[in-house]
Amino acid sequence: MGQRRSIFVLTCLVFGFAFLYGPILSLIVYSFNESKLVSVWAGFSTKWYGELIQNEQILSAAFLSLRIAFITACIAVTLGTMAGMALARYGRFRGRTLFTGLITGPLVMPDVIIGISLLLLFVTSAEWLGIPGSRGMPTIIIAHATFCLAYVAVIVQSRLSSVDVSIEEAALDLGARPWKVFFTITLPIIAPALVAGWLLSFTLSLDDLVIASFVSGPGSSTLPMVVFSKVRLGVSPMINALATIIVAIVTVAVVIAGVLMHRAENRRQADIQQALARAGYQ
Amino acid sequence: MSVAARKEQARSDGRVSALGKATWRALRRLPLKGRSAVVAAPYIWLGLFFLVPFIIVLKISLSQMIVARPPFTPLLTWTEGWWPQVQAYLDNYVWLLQDPLYWIAYLNSVKIALISTLGCLLIGYPMAYGIAKAPATARTLLLLMVILPFWTSFLLRVYAWIGILKQNGLINNVLMWLGIIPEPLAMLHNDFSVYVGIIYSYLPFMILPLYANLEKMDVSLLEAAADLGCKPWKAFLSVTLPLSLPGIVAGSMLVFIPAVGEFVIPELLGGPDTLMIGRVLWNEFFNNRDWPVASAVTIVLILVLVIPIVIFQRQQAKTQDVLE
Repeated sequence: MGQRRSIFVLTCLVFGFAFLYGPILSLIVYSFNESKLVSVWAGFSTKWYGELIQNEQILSAAFLSLRIAFITACIAVTLGTMAGMALARYGRFRGRTLFTGLITGPLVMPDVIIGISLLLLFVTSAEWLGIPGSRGMPTIIIAHATFCLAYVAVIVQSRLSSVDVSIEEAALDLGARPWKVFFTITLPIIAPALVAGWLLSFTLSLDDLVIASFVSGPGSSTLPMVVFSKVRLGVSPMINALATIIVAIVTVAVVIAGVLMHRAENRRQADIQQALARAGYQ
Repeated sequence: MSVAARKEQARSDGRVSALGKATWRALRRLPLKGRSAVVAAPYIWLGLFFLVPFIIVLKISLSQMIVARPPFTPLLTWTEGWWPQVQAYLDNYVWLLQDPLYWIAYLNSVKIALISTLGCLLIGYPMAYGIAKAPATARTLLLLMVILPFWTSFLLRVYAWIGILKQNGLINNVLMWLGIIPEPLAMLHNDFSVYVGIIYSYLPFMILPLYANLEKMDVSLLEAAADLGCKPWKAFLSVTLPLSLPGIVAGSMLVFIPAVGEFVIPELLGGPDTLMIGRVLWNEFFNNRDWPVASAVTIVLILVLVIPIVIFQRQQAKTQDVLE
């Protein structure tokens, strides 16, 4: 009986992962197709990659998106870490309920709602205060940082709640200043969460179409906006080539980050063991 | 740039810097030190860029469209006397009630989101279960494989389905080559392709909370049930399933709420008659340029989503309490 169940579960896993990865594989395979008709195989070719790197519009949009994603990730990690610290370590401070609501909100709220409401904020504030003078990169960064910081806050909070608070308390008891405790104890512990949060913010920002479409101005089209306008007109092998490059970069980055984080975690555990051994616990 | 424009620019620059100085002075007077600053910075940011915008959307939903910049009437006017005149119109909401298009779009969005959530649950539950029960070494890899698609472009993953589902796409070509179907099936640009797209895109959001829940589950409870003579499927229905309810609720909400407002998937994979509210909102805003009606559509959509969001929030708080 148990065997029959495990066969069922195994079948579900195989089909589930085929479902998740099939479309991505099809994108990669057809990016090397000679024919412009994506569905007909006409021989191996890398000509779409050549066309892609000569496309000025896509290149400049990609550069803009990368710059936006970089700044967004830095802002989101800074503010998100503060928010995660507050949620995990500050107990029941005043306004906590509203604060948790403000963190969960951007995680689940549909993009169209976030996009339209931020655009109307920018329009109203431009009318009353004169800022922002025009919409473009800064307004996209503000919009992206707002929902990315919520993701970072959740990651940092869950990391902090799995870490023993007594180490930080001990340092405080021994007279360390709170900021010193943060930089010498808390920060190294939550570093993997910060790396994960930064990378997640970077990709979320790079990936966003709907919010950027609302809050961007003329002349600042991000990569997803350009891709969307091309995809709307139909299938294009050049977009497949772009997808393949993105998948390759992401896979390499995730694997490297995973290995590095795994090593750092092992080293930390070894250090703890060593410290305990030296203190005579073993 | 003309002289007048340059003067105007300088004046507005001056205004901005004066404003900045005033804000800085006000901030310095606040008792923001250490601990409270850590809460205050993200709090102010989210308040300014997440909470205040909704108030502005509400305000604009009560105004009327005009041909001007910005394209709506002001709610407050300071024409005469000390008191501002309030000019609020409920026309946009009346319009939403009268035109069946909006009703159909809201109901259709909820229907599509519900069915997709169910689909995610049916595919995601066995997967999460399988990963949670896998040996520890395989577990990390399998989990990484669930997360990895989430890191690659959402837009491009939805786009991939066009090539797979279309008239002379991958599935039709393979099925016809095998001789299973005599002519291509119509799989793209209808509700079917929208379901496939949503289930595919949101599946990781269902698997991850379910996995987190199933992984923590106490195996001894199932062993006890087995020892007492309970059949495995009955043990699953009466022990595992009820205990995994928090994971089911969290995963379902993470799929349902954003799926209701989904725009990209119905736009790329849906047919011209696939009415979803995110699409209506987009068209109202970008094509009809009717900002007040778009604002009213947004407010009603938020009201539709408030109940599931509150359920999600409660569930999260409960899980948090259990952890602490």
